[in-house]
Amino acid sequence: MRKLDHYKFRVFKDHIMRFLVYLSLVLVLIPLFSILYEVVKRGISVISLDFFIKPTPTVGEEGGIANAIQGTFITIGLASLIGVPIGLMSGIFLSEYNEHKLSVIVRFFNDVLSGIPSIVIGVFIYTLIVRSIGFSVIAAAFALAIIMIPIVTRTTEEALKLVPLSLREAAIALGLPRWKIIPTIVLRSARKTVVTGILLSIARIAGESAPILVTMGYWRWWFAGLDRPVANLALNVFIFATSPFESWRALAWGSALVLILIILGINIAVRIIMREKSW
Amino acid sequence: MVVPKIKVENLNAWFGKKHVLKNINMEIKENTVTAIIGPSGCGKTTFLRCLNRMHEIIPGARVSGKVIFNGINIYDKGVDPVIIRKKIGMVFQKPNPFPMMSIYDNVAIGLKLNGVRDKKALDTAVRQSLELVNLWDEVKDDLNRSGANLSGGQQQRLCIARALAVEPEVLLMDEPCSALDPISTAKIEALIRRLTENYTIVIVTHNIQQAARISDYTAFFYLGELIEYGPTKQIFENPKHELTRKYIMGEFG
Ligand SMILES: Nc1ncnc2c1ncn2[C@@H]1O[C@H](COP(=O)(O)OP(=O)(O)OP(=O)(O)O)[C@@H](O)[C@H]1O
Ligand SMILES: [Mg+2]
Repeated sequence: MRKLDHYKFRVFKDHIMRFLVYLSLVLVLIPLFSILYEVVKRGISVISLDFFIKPTPTVGEEGGIANAIQGTFITIGLASLIGVPIGLMSGIFLSEYNEHKLSVIVRFFNDVLSGIPSIVIGVFIYTLIVRSIGFSVIAAAFALAIIMIPIVTRTTEEALKLVPLSLREAAIALGLPRWKIIPTIVLRSARKTVVTGILLSIARIAGESAPILVTMGYWRWWFAGLDRPVANLALNVFIFATSPFESWRALAWGSALVLILIILGINIAVRIIMREKSW
Repeated sequence: MVVPKIKVENLNAWFGKKHVLKNINMEIKENTVTAIIGPSGCGKTTFLRCLNRMHEIIPGARVSGKVIFNGINIYDKGVDPVIIRKKIGMVFQKPNPFPMMSIYDNVAIGLKLNGVRDKKALDTAVRQSLELVNLWDEVKDDLNRSGANLSGGQQQRLCIARALAVEPEVLLMDEPCSALDPISTAKIEALIRRLTENYTIVIVTHNIQQAARISDYTAFFYLGELIEYGPTKQIFENPKHELTRKYIMGEFG
């Protein structure tokens, strides 16, 4: 009889726990879905062909976000061009030259860097670059690159460390020097995870607005050179959302929707890469 | 008196403070199979890895003494371990083909990364190596498939082919059959015998019958020391040392 009670109590506890887990799941999903719902509902109404091919409107005109999409891609592209190689290199260094005296220091500063607020990085670039060459794509790209570097470094290091010792030993025993083994065996085995880390870092910087604001400022025109500013999706959201015109506020929702779709697209790409066969 | 292919003089090895090989002296003759036997943990793998400078890649591992290969001490200052490993190849206990590479690339990678660009030369080398290990007929239509999809025995032969493709003079094998079924084992044993024509082989094995079947010389290790070394026939029929006799009789280990 006592045994049975015990059992019932356990089943009861199990139900309670399960209920709590489901409850927290719902609590997590509510904000996510309400944001998505709101952005899609309001954003979708402005989406039209014109929205994608016309640049930022002036007062009283119709317009779109073509220049902001262009600017976002150029800025992110340049940031990746700067940040990805550096992050990759330091990730490789941390994983493959772990015994090196510097690796402790590099790892420490990388961790510190990943904790610095992006606005601080923006201000740093402001004093370093903006004050000499002005608000520009290049300044914004450097700020975003600095945000990317610790993410790429960390994910690359983790990915490379997962490559089994047996594969490295097989390569060493073939009489191959380390600098040849790293790109051909180690990076190649880990490339799915490395690419995933890079994509996630891109998704991370795609929505940054604060560092862009202090390095490039808000700009309503097309790309006109790396030493000039360019329009940007995240700043579109920021500027238009608080504007007095109904049509401009709609543009903000449209920009937000496109931005979310870009980031969602990157995340889906990551899923597909991770699911694909490993070689 | 034939000059030995490899001459080991006062070899000691450590993992950190742990002294795992103690004053080993041994001569390995060209074109023979030398078997290393002994109970688990006695230092067989470590000894093998000292012969092509693989021991030192483990953090904290250290070696002293000489390993004289073709007349030069491979531990001399100025000797590049990369070149030594090219001449003294290695096959591991667990088959470890590169999973992200095709069967073809698994065999060709050593040559490719050493600068062989000529497609014909690579094709020939891949084919010859695969034929040598009797794998060619089984995989010739799947050369572009991943090496990871082969059976364990096929993978191990692929690994042997990969090691042979860079044309070493010596092949070190660490229990190459321990993960394999009897048929695959028989294939690899036959292969080892065939390889003695052109290669010098040192093989670690837990299987005493295997040592008796395939080796010309046998070395018995115990607790990091080389207890007895001589022609396989003598070691098995007339061991000089009591420990050797006990081990061969299966009384411990
Ligand atoms: N990476 C390592 N770090 C520290 N100690 C090690 C390491 N590898 C082996 N050892 C120790 O060195 C000694 C010799 O090991 P070794 O692997 O050479 O033995 P073995 O004869 O090959 O054994 P087995 O037959 O089980 O493979 C053992 O006592 C082992 O615990
Ligand atoms: Mg061993």
